[in-house]
Order: sequence, then structure tokens, then C-alpha cells
Amino acid sequence: MNILAAESANPLLPPIGEIIVGVIAFAILYFVLAKFVFPQMEKTFVARREAIEGGIERADAMQAEAKAALAQYRAQLAEAQAEAAKIRDDARAEGQQIIEELRAQAQTESARIIARGEEQLTASRQQVLNELRGQIGTLAVSLAGKVVGESLADDARRSGTVDRFLDDLDGMSATTGTSATTGTAATTGSADGRGGSSAYVPQDAR
Amino acid sequence: MTSSALALVNVLAAEGSEGDSGFQAPTIAEFYPESLVSFSLFGIDFEFTRITFILFIATAAIMLLLVLAVRRPGIVPGKLQWLAESGYSVVRDGIARDVIGPKGLPFAPFLGSLFFFILANNAMSIVPFFQISPMSKFAFPLVLAVFVWVLYNYIGIREQGAAKYFKDAAIPPGVPKAALILVTPIELLQVFVIRPFTLAVRLFANMFAGHMLLVVFSLGAVYLLQVGNLSAIFAPFSLIMAIVMTFFELLVIVLQAYVFTVLTATYLNGAVEPAH
Repeated sequence: MNILAAESANPLLPPIGEIIVGVIAFAILYFVLAKFVFPQMEKTFVARREAIEGGIERADAMQAEAKAALAQYRAQLAEAQAEAAKIRDDARAEGQQIIEELRAQAQTESARIIARGEEQLTASRQQVLNELRGQIGTLAVSLAGKVVGESLADDARRSGTVDRFLDDLDGMSATTGTSATTGTAATTGSADGRGGSSAYVPQDAR
Repeated sequence: MTSSALALVNVLAAEGSEGDSGFQAPTIAEFYPESLVSFSLFGIDFEFTRITFILFIATAAIMLLLVLAVRRPGIVPGKLQWLAESGYSVVRDGIARDVIGPKGLPFAPFLGSLFFFILANNAMSIVPFFQISPMSKFAFPLVLAVFVWVLYNYIGIREQGAAKYFKDAAIPPGVPKAALILVTPIELLQVFVIRPFTLAVRLFANMFAGHMLLVVFSLGAVYLLQVGNLSAIFAPFSLIMAIVMTFFELLVIVLQAYVFTVLTATYLNGAVEPAH
């Protein structure tokens, strides 16, 4: 053993020089680490946390935006659907109205046409009636004259027999009604159907 | 020449001296290598041995490593940055914040420096060609323990006031008056003497014993190989044990650095918060 001092040394009694060396070494390390290394690490930790939180915030914001967009889209969709339904209802109502209008128009038109037809019918009947009224007397008198063998025309005209007869006929038909008394009731009914029952009495006579 | 190598020479020399000495176990001389530089300053003797230089190398290495790690910090860390930040995070969050509490974060740099300093110096016990930890020299753990002792007493006085701090230390609240005869001396001794002493001795003794174990098994393997009879059969066992103990030493290296830091934080916690 060439280190004689070591043999008797107590390891728990360090020399002062060694202690000073230890103090210096640790002090230097502490200075460098506390001054440069750890603050830098703290900065990095903060930056990292902010980066992560920022990322989370960004994601949250995006999600909120997407949700808002979805809500808006849904609202728009509902609105559009409501509008479409309204348009459909309106169209249906309008169509109904048009149909009503057309129907009313057609009814008026048909009523008008019927009325005109009736008017014309009445007019032509009156005309025929007047014509017949003029001719029937002459015809009857000439026929009677032929039967009797002499001319009754002058007498008849003079005495107004024919007119009286015709007036009687008119009066009779007015009191008894249209078809009840006459044998040609069916013919009369089919020919006219309503009103003017007296109009066809001359046909009876004929 | 290192003291281990010296011991190796002695082991090898034992062969020549014909068995009268046998296996020469490593002695405490392991920790007293020859002085490489020695000078005297202000009446204090400085002896720089290889252990002193290992201390410098370890300290410089960990400093360089950490400075490099934070030189170009990124949000997404590189490997070195991640490693350094993980180490600091353990101390900052796991020890300073969780052990001391909300007031603990200001102590994180001190605790972090302690942790990295002890870790780096402890690691020297298994780094090839160094293979001895400066922490197996009592002076260095003692320095750290004294720093811790000064710090927690200073913080205790600052936070609680000198009167209350010393009163709480001497007379713990909730202790029956009769028991104070026993409790007070024990408490005072514990807070002001035993705490720093155990803190320093725990670290020192672990590294001291670890180094001794490694040297014994390594030298044993060499001795068994060259002693000449069937003993050579047992040499591999000794070698394997040396390797196993190296891994064990790795565990001790990290564990002791952690334990020292945690205990420091516990003492600081007692100083920051009044006793319950």
C-alpha cells in the first residue's frame, strides 16, 4: 500500500478542500440549470400547453361552427318545406276556385242558352199561332162552304161566327187544361213539356 | 493508476507470494486515490484526485447535455429534449408540486439541480473507465445535505417566523405534555442534526457499498481465475455476480437520486406548511 494515509482515514470526516470543491461544482451546475435550462423548459411547457389548448379550442370552434351550419341548413330546409306545402295548398285552392268559376260560368251560359232557346221557341210559336189564326177561319169557311154547297164566306164574315167559334175554342182550352180532355195529350206533352198548354189547341182542331 | 487497478496488481501479486496472503479484499484505499494536483490556498489543502476530476466531468457532462437539450426547443421535442424534459418533469410535477404542494414550484429548479447533479455523479459508478462515483466520497453528499439543511430551515423561518418554527420543531402540536420530556430532544435532534446527516449518509453509503461490491466481485473473478487450482470453475459466477450487481447499481443510481430529492421536498414541505 503506497497510500498510507488512506489506511487510517475515516470516510465520514472529509477534508475541507473536498467540501469546497463539492460546493463549487454544485453551485455552478445550479446556476446554469436554474438560469438557462429550467426556465427554457418552463417556457416550452407553457408553449406546449398553449399549443394543445389552442388546438382543442380550434377544434371546439370548428365543431360549433359546423353545428351552427347544420342548424341553419335544417331551418332552411324546414322553411323550404313549409313554403312548398304552402305553394301546393295555394295551387290546390286556386285550382278549386278556377273549377268553381268555370262551373258557374258554364251554368250561366247553359241557362242563358236555354232561356234564349225558350224565347225563340215562344216567338216562333206565337208566330205560327198568329198565322194559323188568320188562315184557319178562311179554311174552315171554305171547307164548310164546299160541304154545304154555297158560299158562306160573306155571311160568316158578316156575322163573325168564325171568330166567335175560335174564341170559344180558346176559352174551352183555357178552362179544361192542356191534355186532359183531348186525345192527343201525349203528342202535346212531348212537343212542349211545360207552359203554354193552350198553344197547341189549334193543332187539335186541325 | 487507479486504486482498483492497484488492488488488481495486489491480487495478481498474491500468486507470487505463495499463498501466505491469499485474496486481498479491496480496502478503503479504493476511495483515496493518489493526488494528481495538490495545492494550498488560504491555508486550505486542495487535493485533486481522479475522483475530483470525475466529479467535474460528470457535472460538466450533465450541464452540457441539458443545455444542448434546450438549445433549440420544439413544441414536439426531439429525443434529447424529451429525455431532459421528462427528467425535469418528474422533479417539477412529481416532487416539487405533488410533495411540497402549491408553494412547491419555486423550489423546482433547486430540486431539479439536486436530482441531475446526484444522478450524473452516481452514474459515474458504472461508466467504464471511471467506475467510481464521487458520491461515494462523503464530502459531496454532505455538501448537498448542508445546502438542503440551510434551505429548509431558512424557508421555515421565512414562512412561519422564527419563533413559531422553532417552537413547532421543539414542541410538536398534539403531543401530551408529559411526553415532551422525550419528544422535544428527539424532535430537535431529528430536525437539526439527524435529517441532514441521514440524507448525506444514505447517499454516500449506497454509492460506497455499491462500488465495494462491484470491486469485490470483479477482483474475486480475477483471483479465482489465476489462483491455480479448481477455483477457476467458480470465476464465472463471480463475474456474473459483478454484472448483475452492475445492473443493481444502475437501479441504485436512479433510486438514490430520486430518494434524496423526494426527502428534500418532504423537509421543504414541513418548512412551508406549519405542522398540523
